[in-house]
Amino acid sequence: MYTQAMDTMGKDAGDGKQKAVRSADELRLEERFDARIDAGDFIEAKDWMPEHYRKTLVRQISQHAHSEIVGMLPEGNWISRAPTLKRKAILLAKVQDEGGHGLYLYAAAETLGTSRDQMFDALHTGKAKYSSIFNYPTLSWADMGTIGWLVDGAAIMNQVPICRCSYAPYARAMIRICREESFHQRQGYESLLTMMTHGTDAQKAMVQDAVNRWWWPSIMMFGPPDDQSPNSAQSMRWGIKRFSNDELRQKFIDATVEQAAILGVTLPDPDLKWNEERQAHDFGVIDWSEFWRVIAGDGPCNRERLQARVDAWDDGAWVREAALAHANKQPLKEAA
Amino acid sequence: MQASIELNRTPAVHYLLRIGDTCLVLAQRLGEWCGHAPVLEEDIAMANIALDLVGQARAVLTHAGQLEGAGRAHDEDQLAYLRDERDYFNLTLVELPRGDFAFAVLRNTMVATLLKLLWQRLAASSDAEVAAIAGKALKEARYHQQHSADWVVRLGDGTDESRRRTEKALKQLWLYVPELFDSDDVDAQASASGLGPAWSELREPWLAEMQQVLDAAGLAMPKEAAFRSTGKHGVHSEHMGYILAEMQHLQRSFPGGVW
Amino acid sequence: MSTEMKQEWPLWEVFVRSKAGLDHKHCGSLHAADPKMAIQMARDVYTRRQEGSSIWVVRSDQIVASDPGDKDMFFDPAEDKVYRHPTFYALPKSVDHM
Repeated sequence: MYTQAMDTMGKDAGDGKQKAVRSADELRLEERFDARIDAGDFIEAKDWMPEHYRKTLVRQISQHAHSEIVGMLPEGNWISRAPTLKRKAILLAKVQDEGGHGLYLYAAAETLGTSRDQMFDALHTGKAKYSSIFNYPTLSWADMGTIGWLVDGAAIMNQVPICRCSYAPYARAMIRICREESFHQRQGYESLLTMMTHGTDAQKAMVQDAVNRWWWPSIMMFGPPDDQSPNSAQSMRWGIKRFSNDELRQKFIDATVEQAAILGVTLPDPDLKWNEERQAHDFGVIDWSEFWRVIAGDGPCNRERLQARVDAWDDGAWVREAALAHANKQPLKEAA
Repeated sequence: MQASIELNRTPAVHYLLRIGDTCLVLAQRLGEWCGHAPVLEEDIAMANIALDLVGQARAVLTHAGQLEGAGRAHDEDQLAYLRDERDYFNLTLVELPRGDFAFAVLRNTMVATLLKLLWQRLAASSDAEVAAIAGKALKEARYHQQHSADWVVRLGDGTDESRRRTEKALKQLWLYVPELFDSDDVDAQASASGLGPAWSELREPWLAEMQQVLDAAGLAMPKEAAFRSTGKHGVHSEHMGYILAEMQHLQRSFPGGVW
Repeated sequence: MSTEMKQEWPLWEVFVRSKAGLDHKHCGSLHAADPKMAIQMARDVYTRRQEGSSIWVVRSDQIVASDPGDKDMFFDPAEDKVYRHPTFYALPKSVDHM
């Protein structure tokens, strides 16, 4: 569903200690690797890669995966209350997709030498992060449409460039995800458009309220400003990241302003205005202290989200064990 | 607040709503598993089954609403969201809370088996629309049954803990079985008109299929108790009120809303 | 926590033929406890939007992979598995906690 600029996560402890001394062999391999990247080659699972490249990817892909599955929670919250059967079906399909996206991404991460259990352990113990946006509560039905419009919209903007990521299993997973993603944004926007065009005054007020709450967190999804993202350069060098945080953020805002006008909602930023010279929209100051607070674990729903995942995992242990126990009781089939 | 609609409860409408409402309410319970299943793959599988059931509910409710007749017809959403509790006719079985995973897969197996047998016979309904719905729904019910039954076997014949939980679920759920097959005038009329079979006809084949699953799982079929639930007749368990309060809330609080 | 890794459901690779006449294509992997589960999950996860006409699942550790083409590339010669998944490599018990 989205990947936040995870380069901020380089602040984590114990991250990528570069070896002080590299052998001549390794240096040669790194040169060859860099040349392959520059030539636009794809790196596959068994190709030689710098350890830091591998670690960066494991972290980015797994955090992307975690985001998808944590993202099922704020939306899953409204399945039982969807106001029509059609909307219920759409929401179920969307949440199901997100689970699937998480799966594709865990699979891609596993090609790099980590396991699903290891990744979950990192998530459950707070060592791994997920996109900050999912730490916000979904308080009304209009939040569903707003998430589809803004959050999925931001995610798509982040994700499309990754379809050309140098690491092929990740790129392939992203292509599959992007194909499925456009339905998510469209259905969200369409739900809001329906309410704003044909709905009651109370519904319109609900939509505006949702937009007021989700706008700023959505533009924070692109991560901190470029001058505060130290790892971006290396990720770009390696073809893992294609555009900077600020570039993507600007692009998103410019696209969204017009969409908001069509909807008839006001984006809650009095400083938002077209700048003829820049041919882009100026926008107000983002409250980065909120962003860092949420990343650090003190957003509105961090504890609940994580607890829900931990509970699902712990409560499900007996099921996973039983399935294995049952499988082990079956007569062994001869491998082909 | 949006008031309840008045249902034109003809025998045919009643018969169809038993099926549609069962799908609707079970889907409601299954949706609760999203993000909470033991493995990600089962979050997806549960959501998939719920989605199929919503589809079946929509088809059946739409048709039932039309059968209410000119001037009294309702659409799928009016029926799903604006009936009074006494006008829902789902099995009590599907109202029960989500339970643990053993409870979930066992209930899914029981309902999927029933629906499969029903859809098989409804494919020959004198009502062409019902027959068409049945054709598509049957494929889904078969898959749901296979998926869920495989899990019952894994859990029944897995670890001591999984066996214990499955036995407990079986004991709880079996109380709600007699309701599946009790017969009344609604059934009699459906059978006479060719709309569909009396549910009592499904008892033997259902028990036979469940016996197979339980045998493979190493579980003993409980004896029938005297307990009788009555959801099919519109008198539900205490769970139903909460389900409807949650499900209906938005439609009730936004009268005239367009979604 | 690492000891749980041994209890993980095995990894399977999924190949789908989307329609008659085409080859099976590799689409990704999933964890399942047994073959029946693997096939069902593959259907749920990898054929949600189109009718796959045929699905193959193979345990990942059963797949034998060729070397990357380039002879200059450094890799472990014993490594004929698809990728370096931690559960593919049985370690002596004394170090199995890593």
